[in-house]
Amino acid sequence: MLELYQTSLRSRLLLGSARYSSPAVLGAAVRAAETQIVTVSLRREGAGERSGQGFWSLVRELGVRVLPNTAGCHSVKEAVTTAHMAREVFGTPWIKLEVIGEDDTLQPDVFALVEAAGILSTEGFEVFPYTTEDLVVAERLLSAGCRVLMPWGSPIGSGRGLNNLFGLRALRAHFPEVPLIIDAGIGVPSHAALALEQGFDAVLINTAVAQARDPVLMAQAFRQAVDAGRAAYMAGPIEARDVAQPSTPVIGTAFRG
Amino acid sequence: MTRVAVIGAGIAGLACALELAERGAAVEIFERASQLGEGACSWVAGGMLAPWCERENSEPLIAQLGLESIPWWRERFPRTVVNGTLVVAHARDTAELVQFAGRTRNFASIDAAAIAALEPDLAGRFGRALYFEGEGHLDPRAALAALAGRLAELSVPIHFCAAVSRAQLTWARAVVDCTGLAAAKSLPGLRGVKGEMVLLRLRDFTLRRPVRVLHPRLPVYVVPRGEGLFMVGATLLESDDGERISARSMLELLSAAYALHPAFGEAHILEIGTGVRAAFADNLPRLTVRGDTVYVNGLYRHGFLIAPAMARRAARAVLEGSHFPEVMDEDTRQQRLA
Repeated sequence: MLELYQTSLRSRLLLGSARYSSPAVLGAAVRAAETQIVTVSLRREGAGERSGQGFWSLVRELGVRVLPNTAGCHSVKEAVTTAHMAREVFGTPWIKLEVIGEDDTLQPDVFALVEAAGILSTEGFEVFPYTTEDLVVAERLLSAGCRVLMPWGSPIGSGRGLNNLFGLRALRAHFPEVPLIIDAGIGVPSHAALALEQGFDAVLINTAVAQARDPVLMAQAFRQAVDAGRAAYMAGPIEARDVAQPSTPVIGTAFRG
Repeated sequence: MTRVAVIGAGIAGLACALELAERGAAVEIFERASQLGEGACSWVAGGMLAPWCERENSEPLIAQLGLESIPWWRERFPRTVVNGTLVVAHARDTAELVQFAGRTRNFASIDAAAIAALEPDLAGRFGRALYFEGEGHLDPRAALAALAGRLAELSVPIHFCAAVSRAQLTWARAVVDCTGLAAAKSLPGLRGVKGEMVLLRLRDFTLRRPVRVLHPRLPVYVVPRGEGLFMVGATLLESDDGERISARSMLELLSAAYALHPAFGEAHILEIGTGVRAAFADNLPRLTVRGDTVYVNGLYRHGFLIAPAMARRAARAVLEGSHFPEVMDEDTRQQRLA
């Protein structure tokens, strides 16, 4: 079981709710993925206030936990305000904290991220920060009160998978007890399987499912990949070698001439 | 003659009234606003008749209904233009073009020379494009006016400032409700999806057909309206608040137009429009029959594209009791998502 802020979850696959052709397709993808957490962007979907009720009630009806995010926020103040609005609309202390620092790569502004995480944690939020694989930033986020980290695989929507596998492995090794969820950049199920094989606790997927030709089938493929990756991690993979090692002992086999 | 009341004079209401009148019914239209288009999302629509492009992000039903509707428009609105859609992406977003091509059909992949031949003012701007030759576009406001004109010829009155309920329409044998989001109380699950557009005037620049600019986050289209007018749209926001455009949306729309061609930097902003389209959870249209009332709703962002096909079905449902599973049966609809 995955533990996120004292909540036990069976599924290790989180889905984002943007860019689906309809809320009904999103719902079908959520069911196929057997996901238990769906992220929702308040800024883009709702344009503020309570005007997005129609969509939000559809998301609530999915019967999953909603993880509201602060996507599109560029400053500490914007992110904090959006988090407050999210708590009011969805009645949850969970907030996926995104503070964008660079518009081309949607790379997080880690300085603002740490500051906002500190403010929100003090206010009782349970913060899921979208961060890079930087170890020092991770330390700062934990000191600021975060109990979960969401490092990127590669830039949002790029579909490039785990761009810096060395850095991500180092992060995993450095924080063995902290739930680490790969957020952003996953393009295909093999990327997700790799993340779970490396010991990451979960992955968050949006574009790769929403923009697939058949989002429902792709959601199912990701579920299977995440299950396989997790099982492989638990099973203990063999180490890679430079030379062949026969799986059948040679001594005693029949002579071949 | 069968007497039918149509409530709502947006594109759905006018198309339904016309289909009914052409089939011999005695029709009257009731519209709560004081003039044609006021408060209707039809007034700020793009007016693209793009069944294949829309396939990129919608169910096959939309393409099917849209294909039915193009000939309908050409017969009833001669200014309907069928000369294709051009889909482009900036060099850094070419992955979007590949993705779009993989999800649509009936296009030609064309090079810079072919783009320049189709749209001389875009020469040198893009290396590759998708050209959907069979698609069309129209000016929604002129089209609404033309439909109203044909209805007048058929002696169908449009009563403005007439917010009516079924109880007041005792004379009518049937009622067709085309009131969009205003019908939300009767149609559970109906929600509003906000759209925003700007109307620009730019002299000495010509586009002959709608151009869609793909972008991972902000896909935008520019539709020529003739005489130097260009409509730039449209955002899709999960919101039923259609009062104002946000600064962010305005920036996105104008940036996209400017990126299509820097000449748009000199354009005049004539109008900023917002509307709220009514949609069901699957973003697909529905005919809902309740007693002697037929609701035509959930046309989402496809009003002009699919209203004729929906109107044809609504008229036959009213006059002949016909059944159309693809837009009436929950079971059929849900199977598509199973």
